[in-house]
Amino acid sequence: MANLVEISNLNFGYNSRLVLKGINLTVPKGSLVAIMGLSGCGKTTLLRLMGGQLRATEGEVNVAGEKLNDLTQTELYRFRRKLGMLFQFGALFTDLSVFDNVAFQMREHTNLSESMIQDLTLLKLNAVGLRGMQHMMPSELSGGMARRVALARAISLDPQLMLYDEPFTGLDPISLGVIGQLIRQLNDTLGTTSVLVTHDVQESLKIVDYIYFVSEGVIVAQGTPDEIRGSSLPFVHQFIWGEMDGPMPFHYPARSLRQDMELNGE
Amino acid sequence: MERSTLNLWVGIFVLLGFFSFLMLAFKVGNLNLSSNQDAYIVTAHFDNIGQLKERAPVRSAGVLVGRVKAIRFDSKQYNAEVKLAIDSQFKFPVDTSASILTSGILGEQYVSLDAGGDEKYLKAGDQIKLVQGAVVLEKLIGQFLYNKAQDTPSAKGATK
Amino acid sequence: MANLVSGIKIIGDRTLKIVERMGAVALFLFSTIVNSSVSFKRFSLTIREVYYAGVQSLIIILVSGLFVGMVLGLQGHETLQRYGSEDSVGVLVALSLVRELGPVVSALLFASRAGSAITAEIGLMKATEQLSAMEMMAVNPMSRVVAPRFWGGVISLPLLALLFSAMGIIGGYLIAVVLIGVDSGSFWSQMQSAVDFEHDIVNGIIKSIVFGVAISAIATFEGYEAPPTAEGVSGATTRTVVSSSLAVLALDLVLTAFMLKGWN
Repeated sequence: MANLVEISNLNFGYNSRLVLKGINLTVPKGSLVAIMGLSGCGKTTLLRLMGGQLRATEGEVNVAGEKLNDLTQTELYRFRRKLGMLFQFGALFTDLSVFDNVAFQMREHTNLSESMIQDLTLLKLNAVGLRGMQHMMPSELSGGMARRVALARAISLDPQLMLYDEPFTGLDPISLGVIGQLIRQLNDTLGTTSVLVTHDVQESLKIVDYIYFVSEGVIVAQGTPDEIRGSSLPFVHQFIWGEMDGPMPFHYPARSLRQDMELNGE
Repeated sequence: MERSTLNLWVGIFVLLGFFSFLMLAFKVGNLNLSSNQDAYIVTAHFDNIGQLKERAPVRSAGVLVGRVKAIRFDSKQYNAEVKLAIDSQFKFPVDTSASILTSGILGEQYVSLDAGGDEKYLKAGDQIKLVQGAVVLEKLIGQFLYNKAQDTPSAKGATK
Repeated sequence: MANLVSGIKIIGDRTLKIVERMGAVALFLFSTIVNSSVSFKRFSLTIREVYYAGVQSLIIILVSGLFVGMVLGLQGHETLQRYGSEDSVGVLVALSLVRELGPVVSALLFASRAGSAITAEIGLMKATEQLSAMEMMAVNPMSRVVAPRFWGGVISLPLLALLFSAMGIIGGYLIAVVLIGVDSGSFWSQMQSAVDFEHDIVNGIIKSIVFGVAISAIATFEGYEAPPTAEGVSGATTRTVVSSSLAVLALDLVLTAFMLKGWN
């Protein structure tokens, strides 16, 4: 099976500080891949590199047959029509209704008639179960519903690649389960390929095909959910079971408590 | 907000703006559709223009007939060359005289045209020959004193 | 000595920062204009912004215009009657409004009413990743979000300034003619003979167009460049009001100097 995303020997840094070091990563067509790691480990940066929002300092990022490093601004915009992205908090346009949000891309990029747009939009909203909410404004939605509307908007032009940036953040357990199931279903029924950036271990282990673990800008582990669950790497073990101490120490490096409290003894 | 209500409000807004423009142009300002469109330009040379400014009114019998278009110093004749833009609906004979007068005591200065009796009319580019420059107060006072000084001794002599 | 040197350094530093920011605004303005085709092809986008910037500012502009005109009428009459020329109060009201107060005061009000709203809106769209989302949907936020707001502001301000002047003259009329009893005929006729269409009214409109460009460019720039946090957006909103007000006053001085001297 061909790979939709291929990243090889990628280095990326803001100014001189390297955030990502020597990343090699592939995403086969039709699969659902998760990138996991602690907050601030560079996984969102990795996602932005795939969406062409950032450019690699070194190495190659190939997505859907395009070398992102070489694209001009116009080519980049053309490339992004093959892409859908779900942002952390949905990022719905607050001045447009639910319907207009989902119809946004169709109106911008296609010449479809208004009645055609109406039908397609309702279908997309139906896919996320929110057809009845089409006239509401984003401010009237709960967090979970906003996320589902944003999902409907992201798939409105049937993208080849879906990028999810922390889709589970701040959701109650039910909404969380719903979003997880939707991500899996949409991936399979629409035949898209998906990349999921998250630190919600339990939910994503249920739905994904393959997992990359990133820590401090390096991929430290990878494998299928079963392999990861059975992994003996101490970091992965700590991450999955949420242990307090481990390779990621509980204490930020500091002088000893004795010294800080000036108990050195005169 | 529905798009049609929004468009209605923007329409009202634009119309209001347009009406205030019309009010400013015609009621407040001096724009008249009939005049200002074409004017012909004649020149006049003055020895002294006093405080005359560009855009100052040109009046005949007190009625506004045009405006001062440009003022420059004529370095050959050492006087001021004033270009007058006169509304083309007003025709003046070639022997019309131009003088610089003051409206009121402290008012602005303007050019007054007094029509002559010639059959031929001034046309664009012509020069007004009969001119009277601005009255300069210092010169006037100086002349008055000079006349007084001349008068007084002769008056004395007459009594002797 | 060291204090003096560091003081001078601070002045130099500030100056450089201000110049740098002005340059950034100019570049931003340029790229807004380059990305403007959508605002005119889909004019409904711009009409929407004319509504939010212009129609929403109508009340404050009309009311302030009326009051400013009334005050001018009162003060003008008070001063002019000492010289026995209270008939000229119309001239005073009309010239000060059309030349200066109309464009400048409405620009200052516009900066704080509409400019700050534009900055806050764009800043919030950025903070909630709406601009990134738009970019990922292959829609350029410069042409879809920034340019319509820019043109909405540029279209609105001259209209508001005209309304302000017209309203002010009505206010001056109410005070001078209706209340105090200056002759209505000489009020209007003196005004008409003193106010020149081209040099007073058109120049006033040119001023308000320039102010509209400056305020809209600053407001959209500050919103677009705001740090994507709550403090960032509120700080940017304040900066919009402060720097666009200063820009209006500075530009007014330059434009007035040129207009009085003639452009060449």
